Amino acid sequence: MSVSIDDVEHIARLARLGLRDEEKQTLRGDLESILGYVDKLRSLDTTGVEASASMASLRPAMRDDIVTNPDRAEDMVRGAPDREENFLRVPKIIE
Amino acid sequence: MNPADPSSFGVAPARAALDAGEFTATELTRALLDRIGAVESDLGALLTVTGERALADAAAADTRIQAGEHGAMLGIPIVLKDIFATRGIRTTCGSRILECFIPPYDADATERLAKAGAVLIGKANMDEFAMGSSNENSAFRACRNPWDTDRVPGGSSGGSAVAVAAGECLASLGTDTGGSIRLPASFTGVCGMKPTYGRVSRYGVIAYASSLDQVGPFGRSAEDLAMVLGTIAGHDPRDSTSADREVPDYTGALDGDIRGLRLGLPREYFVDGLAQDVERAVREAIEVLRSRGAEIVEVELPHTEYAVAAYYLVATAEASSNLSRYDGVRYGLRTEAPDNLLELYRQTRDEGFGPEVKRRILLGTYALSTGYYDAYYHKALQVRTLIRQDFDRAFEQCDAIVSPTAPQTAFRVGEKTGDPLSMYLSDIFTNSANLAGLPGLVVPCGFDVAEMPIGLQILTPDFEEARALRIGDAYQRDTAWHRRAPSLGETKRAAK
Repeated sequence: MSVSIDDVEHIARLARLGLRDEEKQTLRGDLESILGYVDKLRSLDTTGVEASASMASLRPAMRDDIVTNPDRAEDMVRGAPDREENFLRVPKIIE
Repeated sequence: MNPADPSSFGVAPARAALDAGEFTATELTRALLDRIGAVESDLGALLTVTGERALADAAAADTRIQAGEHGAMLGIPIVLKDIFATRGIRTTCGSRILECFIPPYDADATERLAKAGAVLIGKANMDEFAMGSSNENSAFRACRNPWDTDRVPGGSSGGSAVAVAAGECLASLGTDTGGSIRLPASFTGVCGMKPTYGRVSRYGVIAYASSLDQVGPFGRSAEDLAMVLGTIAGHDPRDSTSADREVPDYTGALDGDIRGLRLGLPREYFVDGLAQDVERAVREAIEVLRSRGAEIVEVELPHTEYAVAAYYLVATAEASSNLSRYDGVRYGLRTEAPDNLLELYRQTRDEGFGPEVKRRILLGTYALSTGYYDAYYHKALQVRTLIRQDFDRAFEQCDAIVSPTAPQTAFRVGEKTGDPLSMYLSDIFTNSANLAGLPGLVVPCGFDVAEMPIGLQILTPDFEEARALRIGDAYQRDTAWHRRAPSLGETKRAAK
């Protein structure tokens, strides 16, 4: 499995992850080696085998869609990096 | 019991001493805070010491004890991995991106321990976002193995393991996604347990890989683990995967009787690459269990060699999704003055995440991306089914599976940091239980030639934690490995 710098940049874009040039080099090599290792799964015939996304032994619980938590908006936004009252402030999105 | 000597105590002995009035929770807490002050600079097990909170908790516990209240954890000083939300107390998850994060709520496990009267003494060091097998990925400080401070304590719950091993607390909580409780327990010579997926609520536990993450305890003995697990287990509607099942009496299950229990030895775990000393210690432990009446059978887990590959695809795929929430908008770090939102995301995540977290986000994003989803992620989920079926078949022939926890004992600091793949392979005997959702217990079973601890792993079917604990406890009735404690401070320095 060969991984190029372009591949690394493409995935980093998808992941919204900034990377410096020297990191891209290291990560390219790391990904190539790890993907080389996980390629061993290809040797296994899994035709018709069910995929298990979870081992939860019970069906996920359903509940009525009602508000059960108290109104603690101020507590919840207190740690926000930038805010105005109970709103979160971000850089301008629409010009 | 002498609080200055960690080999002499644990949850159960302290419980007896507190109830008998030999000392108060406040005296015990002060002694442990003193010990933390004496040894912590060499170890780095704790990211935050909650001294004031601990003394307040202890005073409250003393009042309850004096009023005649009984409870397993009442007045017992504990440490939580810094992945558990603690209301009003900084919770970093070992990451710069949460360096200043103060949760507005408690995790379910935090809440249950507090209600039970446990004393919160600190928050433990860990690999960033629980990603690592050595604790070297902590963004803040190294955490060292108390048996040899040139060696790693294992990860990702390294600080929680060390805090128990070094006598900074009587029990602690960690999380185990691919071995993150069992590996450090083995490396530091303490007991640790990953319960069945769904047994303990993950509400308020910062997510790494949600289909694998599970909360569990560290302690000096199987009995101590039973006392902690009985307190934290149970249904929680705030975690949709939490199992709505009765919590058995774990302590009551420890009767020392393992006669007729069939213990399976997986052929695939005793292979090349397993250190001789580790194999010898594990086989000796199996003999101890046989002499108590257990029956030993050989079993097969034929897909073992695919577990690490399947694990790292599933775990990183889920991590890439879970960690998308760290975007510099709602809480945590935000980069300085970017002029657009996309750059805000990219720069915040570049500055906030360390190298291993970036590596796993990229690997997971890759495994989920167009053109690779079927070959990697979907394939890994199919292999997961095969691994689960291996265990289902093995448990038709045995009641529990016993094995080494890791192929080798604790490695040297820096030994594997340049080679992520060799680090991942440390988890070769632990990843399978997470993929299959099974509970696993680790108890100390000896030392290698370098005097580093070795751990025996005991896996049981879903929700059979009590059986694993009974086996571990039976073993500890005939052995004393769990009572050995590392010498720290002056003796250690003099020996070097």
